[in-house]
Amino acid sequence: MKRHMRDLYDRLKQAGLSPERERLIQAELAFMGEHDLPAVRSAAAVDPAKALTETVRTFYGHHDPAVLQDLDRPTSNYSQNLKSLDELLERDKQREDDGFPRKIRVGKLIKPGKSGKDKVVIVPTTVEEKFMHDRIRPPEEGDSSGGTGEGEEGEVIGEQPVHEQGAGEGGAGQGEDGAHELESSAYDLGRILTQTFQLPNLKDKGKKRSLTRYTYELTDRHRGFGQILDKKATVKRVLQTNIVLGNVPDFNNIDPGRFLIAPDDEVYRILSKEKDWESQALVFFLRDYSGSMSGKPTELVVSQHVMIYSWLLFQYARQVETRFILHDTTAKEVPDFYTYYNLKVAGGTQVSAAYELVNEMVARENLARDYNIYVFHGTDGDDWDTEGKQAIPALQEMLRYSNRVGITVAAHGYGDNRKTEVERYLTASGLLKEKPELLRLDVMAEDADEPRLIEGIKRLIS
Amino acid sequence: MELIDQHTKHIMEGCKARARDAGLRFDDESLEYYVTNRDLLELTPKGMIPTLYDYWVHDVEVLREKGRYELYPTNPYETVINTRPAISFYNDNNPDWLNVMIFYHVLAHIDFFQNNTYFQHTWNYDFTGQALSDKRLITKLRSEHGHWVDYVIEFSRGIDNLVGYFGELSRLSPKSEVDRSERLDYYFDVFLQDVKKVKASEYLKQIQHYNACRNQAGERGEDVFFADIIRQYPEFEGMYLKHKSRKQSPAPVDLLQFLLPHSAFLNRDENRWMKTVIHVVRNTSLFFQPQIRTKIMNEGWASYWHETLFLRDDRIRGHEVDFARVNAGVTTMPRVGLNPYALGMRLFYFIEDMADRGRLSWDFQRLRDARRRRDFDRDSGNGRDVIFQVRENFSDFNFLQTFVDQDFVNVNKLFVVDRRLNPARMVWEYYVRSRRVEDYRQMLLEHLYHPPHVTVDTARTTEDRLCLVHHFEGKPLVREYIANTMLGIEYLWGGSVQLETSEVKGAPAQARAVNATAAGTDVEWERVRYTMKNRELTREIIDGK
Repeated sequence: MKRHMRDLYDRLKQAGLSPERERLIQAELAFMGEHDLPAVRSAAAVDPAKALTETVRTFYGHHDPAVLQDLDRPTSNYSQNLKSLDELLERDKQREDDGFPRKIRVGKLIKPGKSGKDKVVIVPTTVEEKFMHDRIRPPEEGDSSGGTGEGEEGEVIGEQPVHEQGAGEGGAGQGEDGAHELESSAYDLGRILTQTFQLPNLKDKGKKRSLTRYTYELTDRHRGFGQILDKKATVKRVLQTNIVLGNVPDFNNIDPGRFLIAPDDEVYRILSKEKDWESQALVFFLRDYSGSMSGKPTELVVSQHVMIYSWLLFQYARQVETRFILHDTTAKEVPDFYTYYNLKVAGGTQVSAAYELVNEMVARENLARDYNIYVFHGTDGDDWDTEGKQAIPALQEMLRYSNRVGITVAAHGYGDNRKTEVERYLTASGLLKEKPELLRLDVMAEDADEPRLIEGIKRLIS
Repeated sequence: MELIDQHTKHIMEGCKARARDAGLRFDDESLEYYVTNRDLLELTPKGMIPTLYDYWVHDVEVLREKGRYELYPTNPYETVINTRPAISFYNDNNPDWLNVMIFYHVLAHIDFFQNNTYFQHTWNYDFTGQALSDKRLITKLRSEHGHWVDYVIEFSRGIDNLVGYFGELSRLSPKSEVDRSERLDYYFDVFLQDVKKVKASEYLKQIQHYNACRNQAGERGEDVFFADIIRQYPEFEGMYLKHKSRKQSPAPVDLLQFLLPHSAFLNRDENRWMKTVIHVVRNTSLFFQPQIRTKIMNEGWASYWHETLFLRDDRIRGHEVDFARVNAGVTTMPRVGLNPYALGMRLFYFIEDMADRGRLSWDFQRLRDARRRRDFDRDSGNGRDVIFQVRENFSDFNFLQTFVDQDFVNVNKLFVVDRRLNPARMVWEYYVRSRRVEDYRQMLLEHLYHPPHVTVDTARTTEDRLCLVHHFEGKPLVREYIANTMLGIEYLWGGSVQLETSEVKGAPAQARAVNATAAGTDVEWERVRYTMKNRELTREIIDGK
């Protein structure tokens, strides 16, 4: 693979590269690393300094129940929270109607867990805003705290890694049964997000498949008994019967007093089980896992895709099929979201590789006929193919059959405000303006927070 | 929640008797409950007060990553609550010896609640009862006004950290007024010395003259004296009255108090009910204020006593090792971090020792010779009395400010720890920054709870514009919280709201002043004014000093 990258680099170089481009590409080439799944952390590997959580560093993190009796506040699990969630969300919606901003943040992924067995848990959260003091301290310097024991002034007494597992980590560092955990809680996250989203441009396509879901509706009619008397139908039948019986001699002067009513003439509506038919959709998730994605951009892209994935899982249940594609200079399909979520970053960047793979898969399996196709692509906007010479044609091809392509650019704060390559060639191609219904671009800064992510999803699929 | 069993209650009563013998003072009655995890889940957002009013935020996990304690001043979350009778909560499977230790800890807390003067506004009523009636009141209001009640709660809570707690305290303990003439004080202390700037001989002559008047005319001597003075200084009476009027400016009111009578919106007939809600929020906030301001003392005091009394207790023979293990977990000074139990307890021991040796005295303080300081021992033996006085009259701030000195830092091997990024290895390095008491004390004080000082600028406030001033204390406000807080104030005020505050020059909209302080250089401040009008926030720079 390294050789492949070298070749590509040489070709690009021959075509001419700006010094800055060259620097970025060199950086990615130099990025040591392979795309493996992160190693499962063992309890022993946890640094003792890690015990230094934020809470112990202030006075007010201590309290009697925990310190004396081990009675720490139990973290409420999400199912408990979900119980009242509908009500809370209802209230939150009400706020908007009353002219106040929403306050409940949903889908907060917190990852507690001892001995490295982290877990994704969803809770609704909120902030009680007040006037309060902020600190004016750069993040490079920590907050000072108290200490006891030996040590000269200036002496280093301990270390703590900045990133728990090194910078190349893609996701949450799940334990062995991580995939399962992710799925089950993702389902709940989706349930929350469902309030906000809906797949755009959904069309009826191909063979319909039913969910295992049924709805009960009062659509069927039944004579003789049922839940609700269908008056209009009953009157019709009564009239028919009486016409046959000769009780209606003059149509212009009907006398219902002479009618006979047979029990069989009463038409009722009756509860019946209806299969819920829905159009089917296929969603491609594309993630740039090149070396430049290290750190924040990957985290952002991955968490946004977690949200989209969760929401799809819930809203469209098994009706929506998902495919996962990772790309650096080449693209490959991975079997499940877990792998997609966790594979580490390395290598160079060639966006077109991923697009071409999607096109190829769609063509090969003739997916466009039966499915509504959605593509979500997450990248840092960096592309060795600076002008999108390959990416744009591939994208145009893709737009022909897809219902929506959503591209998320989690831009690096390289210090300058210049646009990223992907952004630039997309804008230059005019596709964004031409087909706003089909193609959406969302650019966020590296320090985007969760509401921003949700905002981004809205932008992509609205 | 159920009461503890008779056996355990019997142990508690035994603890009470022993604690009393040691000098602790507290009410006879107390209530102890077993709690389950489920109970805790409901209790903790309510500050462990079972009867606190219902509020939807309590049902939601609250974000705590930022400024945890500044944000949650009213989240004391303790085993024991300051009510009448005091209520405490226990795990139902604690062994007896552990309960003995916790009971002593709890009794010391109760003693602290009931004797520390910072709690005096909570002494005359039972907060659980009050909270219960408030809760019923709010439930009733909800049935009448629906979800608007929750907005009023939310917006009042948005400013409940600005309550004038100290104003409340000073109202409760007015300055001790000796029965003496203010006019006389003014004449001798201010008028002669500051206004007339008379010489010492003249001053003494005046005193003699006054004494002569007293001797001649007795009770009426003062009047006779001032009759003479007015002849000498005709302007005196006028200046005295002016001085007096200046001194008697009305007691300052906090923002919530200000809104109650002055907000046109709240005083409309259909909105009057909101004022009761505001009252409830304000009183609740006041109730919790002393708790967070005495955290270190309170925990230190409780730890001091559970250690002292447990070791003396004859009922728990054979559990010394168990105790040692648990106690060490509670009261060990962490290598890095701050533990209020450990710090407070050590400071109480330190004060006791100092007092026992007569070192809390001018004689010791002025000694500069290291050896003589080391050997100084007056054997005054009043350490216990002194720490009882300290628990009565101090809060965390003056406790640390007064008693943390270089000796204390040395004896306990304390230091200020800081961390820096090692970019080469991508690790945080923790290092010893200083062992000087000045730095250590400063670090401690910076960690103390300190809400911003925000007052109403009454001069500039008009019918529809409320002007707030944040008095600058070297820290900006958290910017992302300003909008919603002011939105709430605007609602309660019924007109536009302005806030003057100081911010770091050129700080990005969300982030803190990263660049400005990166090199540890001084930051530049500018005065800005936020205006919330029709639910829109605007910001302008008014003084880029």
